[in-house]
Amino acid sequence: MNHRLSYSKVVTHGFIITLGVLMLYPVLWMVSSSIKPENLIFSSPGLWPKEITFNNYINGWNVVRDVSFGLFFKNSFIISVISVVANLITCSMAAYAFARLKFPLKKLWFACMLMTIMLPAHATLIPQYTIFHNLGWINTILPLTVPKLLATDGFFIFLMVQFFRGIPRELDESAIMDGCGVVKIYTRIIIPLAVPVLITTAIFTFIWTWDDFFSQILYLNTVDKFTVPLGLRLFLDSQGESSWGAVFAMSVLSMLPITLIFFTFQRYIVEGIATSGIKG
Amino acid sequence: METSTVKQKSVPNLRPNQYKKTQTRKNYIIAYIFLLPWLIGFFSLVLGPMVSSLYLSFTKFDLLNPPEWIGLANYQDMFSDDKYWASVKVTLQFVFIAVPTQLIAALLVAVLLNKGIKGVGIYRTVYYLPSLLGGSVAIALLWKNLFGIDGIINQVLGFFGIAGQGWVSHPDYALGTIIILATWQFGASMVIFLAGLKQIPSELYEAAAVDGSSKVNTFFKITLPLLSPVIFFNLVIELIKSIQVFTSAYIISEGTGGPINSTLFYTLYLYQRGFSYFEMGFASAMAWVLVFVLGVMTIMIFLSSKFWVHYEDGGKL
Repeated sequence: MNHRLSYSKVVTHGFIITLGVLMLYPVLWMVSSSIKPENLIFSSPGLWPKEITFNNYINGWNVVRDVSFGLFFKNSFIISVISVVANLITCSMAAYAFARLKFPLKKLWFACMLMTIMLPAHATLIPQYTIFHNLGWINTILPLTVPKLLATDGFFIFLMVQFFRGIPRELDESAIMDGCGVVKIYTRIIIPLAVPVLITTAIFTFIWTWDDFFSQILYLNTVDKFTVPLGLRLFLDSQGESSWGAVFAMSVLSMLPITLIFFTFQRYIVEGIATSGIKG
Repeated sequence: METSTVKQKSVPNLRPNQYKKTQTRKNYIIAYIFLLPWLIGFFSLVLGPMVSSLYLSFTKFDLLNPPEWIGLANYQDMFSDDKYWASVKVTLQFVFIAVPTQLIAALLVAVLLNKGIKGVGIYRTVYYLPSLLGGSVAIALLWKNLFGIDGIINQVLGFFGIAGQGWVSHPDYALGTIIILATWQFGASMVIFLAGLKQIPSELYEAAAVDGSSKVNTFFKITLPLLSPVIFFNLVIELIKSIQVFTSAYIISEGTGGPINSTLFYTLYLYQRGFSYFEMGFASAMAWVLVFVLGVMTIMIFLSSKFWVHYEDGGKL
């Protein structure tokens, strides 16, 4: 009996490990290919490079004349960081109002906010583009950042509302006794206690903004404004002569910030998904 | 009552009622100030644009000239356009294959990981990583290479003596590579399933074991019903996500939706008509049909949930 149990455990473990290796293999292969000489990429499916070169990184970094990936990284970082700060401030403000304050039409606005979470971006795409076009904002970072200043990511508001509701109301009441107003309860009690959900919001805003190819291809159209995903897209045009080594090198670099954030804040990410999933 | 008399002392020129009224009004104003950014965003970037895109869908509009009312012409054009129907077919094929495959894979692996295996944390990380990276242009480029004519997929197949081909450039297989890419990202759903599995009381399994229930029977009679709210949640999320796939299709087909429209996703065609040809009225009509269909699908899932989603507390949220 005991013997059979451990046997099934070995099989389960074996399966899980094999599947895990298979799943990670493409990514690991890309990392290893990025430091292989071009002619060895396609001849060796193995992970260990026989020869190591950083030429791919050098060639990839200067994909177009005059502009390097350094600029693309800078542009991506600016947009992502502004988005994170904006989402943290405006989404938490809206969430605080929904979770703690009383005001007329609250239920209506809350229902509207929930609806925006489900609404596909395409429903508002063309008029939004027209508005930004009329404002002269095309090919600037404004269409990518101003919506975040206006708390349009309903998902994060919802996430925060759920979290704020879990903060004991007694804390608010004792703060009122101490003479705190509505604003001070927000800055002194709710925000400091909501750090976990704020970190989750910051991480996911960063990751989603970093990878938001659709909005970026829509609103940014000259090379000097390009972000990292748009920089990578340039390789599609300039292919023909095989430059996969350079493509992989820049792809690896493009995933580096997200991977670093993931391993630093793993706990918040996995917990964030798990709890928001259950509460949704 | 007590508190208002106490406060009255500090504001002697107001009667308690009046004081309370101005105080609540002041609080309402503060509440609306907190809500203000969202309200502005909601009206100017969501509600207003929604209404105006409905209007634009009945017009000919190229961004530079004012919209010109043409009635139902966009919708008529759309429904008699072969390329439009090709994009509908591609998207539905994708949704109906990728969503169930992904959810089943996520559920099975979650059940395996929930067996009290050592090192769950590490496996969870490994399986989640593709979900984290999968939506990027980088991974789409990698996929284009892996499934290319001399990519490693063909090298592995060649090792087994199977002649491969350019999977991404073959009209019968290109969509398949994108479905595999989506399935590869089952990790996020799996993490949610794992959290759901942990909520199922272990006494239930013990009782089932005492009653001599087989493992398969236990899975269908206990695990599935108790997990159904989580399955429901994952289903809705994945449906909304997969109907809007763009990046992978764009990169793998280099923006064309080819070969022979085989990866012409709905959103990709909408993008082409709206932003390559600047037929924004047509694109608005496409967007509204998408919103309508997605809405109907979501409502159907919600209505059907009565029959298969089991809430321990009777459905209270």
